[in-house]
Amino acid sequence: MSFYDGWQHSQRRGRSGPEIMTTPAQEKPFAFFTETRLVVLTGRKASNLEQLLQHLTQVSGSCIFYHTHYLYLTHHFEKPRFYNEFANWVSQALQEERLAERLGAIDLLEMTSIRDLREAIARVIEKHLESDKGTVRTSPPGEEFHFCEAKSFIMPTGKVAAGVSEFLDLLENVTNDCLHFHFFEARLRLERPTNDFSQWLGDLGQTKLAARIDALNPYAVTLDELKREIVKLGRRYASK
Amino acid sequence: MPIQLEDYQEIAGPGVTEELRELADRVAGRSMQHINSTPVGGGVAEILTRLVPMLRELGVEATWDVIKGDQAFFNVTKAFHNALHGKPEEITAEMYDIFRATTEANLHDFNFTGDVIFVHDPQPAGLVARKPEIGRRWVWRCHIDVSAPQPDVWEFLRPSIEQYDAAIFSMPDFAQRLPVAQFRIAPSIDPLSDKNKPVDNAQVNKVLEKYQIDPGRPVLTQISRFDRFKDPLGVVAAYRLVKKRHRCQLVLAGGGAADDPEGEEVLRDVQEAAADDPDIHVLLLPPFSDLEINALVRGSTVIIQKSIREGFGLTVSEALWKKKAVVGGATGGIKLQIIDGRTGFLVHSAEGAATRITQLLGDRRLREKVGENGYQHVRQNFLVTRHVRDYILTMLAVEHPGESMIYLA
Repeated sequence: MSFYDGWQHSQRRGRSGPEIMTTPAQEKPFAFFTETRLVVLTGRKASNLEQLLQHLTQVSGSCIFYHTHYLYLTHHFEKPRFYNEFANWVSQALQEERLAERLGAIDLLEMTSIRDLREAIARVIEKHLESDKGTVRTSPPGEEFHFCEAKSFIMPTGKVAAGVSEFLDLLENVTNDCLHFHFFEARLRLERPTNDFSQWLGDLGQTKLAARIDALNPYAVTLDELKREIVKLGRRYASK
Repeated sequence: MPIQLEDYQEIAGPGVTEELRELADRVAGRSMQHINSTPVGGGVAEILTRLVPMLRELGVEATWDVIKGDQAFFNVTKAFHNALHGKPEEITAEMYDIFRATTEANLHDFNFTGDVIFVHDPQPAGLVARKPEIGRRWVWRCHIDVSAPQPDVWEFLRPSIEQYDAAIFSMPDFAQRLPVAQFRIAPSIDPLSDKNKPVDNAQVNKVLEKYQIDPGRPVLTQISRFDRFKDPLGVVAAYRLVKKRHRCQLVLAGGGAADDPEGEEVLRDVQEAAADDPDIHVLLLPPFSDLEINALVRGSTVIIQKSIREGFGLTVSEALWKKKAVVGGATGGIKLQIIDGRTGFLVHSAEGAATRITQLLGDRRLREKVGENGYQHVRQNFLVTRHVRDYILTMLAVEHPGESMIYLA
């Protein structure tokens, strides 16, 4: 059962949470969901760029999403150089710094689907391999890249906002997992046209605020900073 | 009063116990049976001791059963354990026969009660043979570093493992190409167990005194079973190098596990190596010494876990939880717990260990910094609350095979 199946299923049962996107705009509340995940091991590993590229074309979209987004959710003692784990591995295990920087610079905000993202990563690696023929670097033993993905479990948090003001109040206290789900997963993994907040606010007629939130770059800040930024925009731009 | 879930609320951080209750509601009415090979000693038994009551408090019908085996069987499984860790072992046809016969005997006697059955490590792995007959969902929980297993042993176990619905490994490096789902779940420590709960200074000093350890001089400690993979002789070598500059003492303390017959031999070697130095304290602790182990760690200046192969090495998290500076072998799960230079130091040799220990002994601030970071790292990643969550998620995961996003109404 996919997320959408579950969503429709629960609609049939008349649960309040997942109905957010289907009832008439002026009536529909926003239900905050949260996500928890189990890391799935694919058993695939790469010790050089050719292997990395080969697996990249074969792994699931969930795997690509995992390796480009997981680090945003984890605690760091200092800001990582790259949040893209392919870039980190290329830098640390293969010491191909130029390629690492190019992978790290792939603009996730420009991507509208995992397919786009997968192709963009593969293109950067292919280009590097073409220009760097003859040098095959292999990772030291124990430093191979292990492909993982997440099995995600989505649950309603019980927090439901009837209007913008209540939405902003509740948003201040949601977890990073909740924010990550509505902002990152919704757009790329579930391929919704924008993040869930902008979608709902737009439907309510709060188009200016929806556009401002949509224009935020969630990849440039921590999740805590992103949350503060959204609330700040909300307080400033929400029309009464 | 018995420990309750609420007691973890503050320790684990906001929202953690609430999330557990929410998730447990989604598996209400289903049972989770754990099966392993020893009721005491070793990390698996320790984890289950806490995990099972917590699951029950959450309303999950969790149970824990232990297979029966004689000394001959445990000699074989110890050899399997070594071979799966990559240490060459000659496994004879007779040894495979002993393994098969014990599996058969247990299959005959065992009462499979769980809706989801978690089988821990290779010893009981063959119990899955009952699956075609009784159904249920079966999960093989591997606590061993199987990144480079001896092929004949792995191939012997593979047909059993492939019958499971899922396998769990402690880190991505241990994943295999298998036709079953594989999940990554790190093990965990219980912050409220006797081994980890707060202990006052008077109690710490009392334990140091009992073992004639001088609290006025630096104490280096490795807490481990006496096992070659834990490299106790390497620890002695590192200590001797440090000793040239620091008037330190070394404590090598550990108990035995019922399923580890090799321990005595290793202990003898260590005692021999330590015989000429009164500052080396080799302590074979009896079962139920957890409070003493707790005090020994708290009374130490630097903790060492110089393993050369390691399934996970929970002693590292136990020390980090006490804000201790840890020097660990760069292997297996130790690499997840020690972020080199942030939450401790990773080393590859006795010389490397000696260098880092010397640096730490000369720099109290550095010890405090890595200790504090280590504590935070454990709090976020290696507490039993996270482990409980992951096992509940595993129950849900095997009920939804092949789905990457599962909506829990």
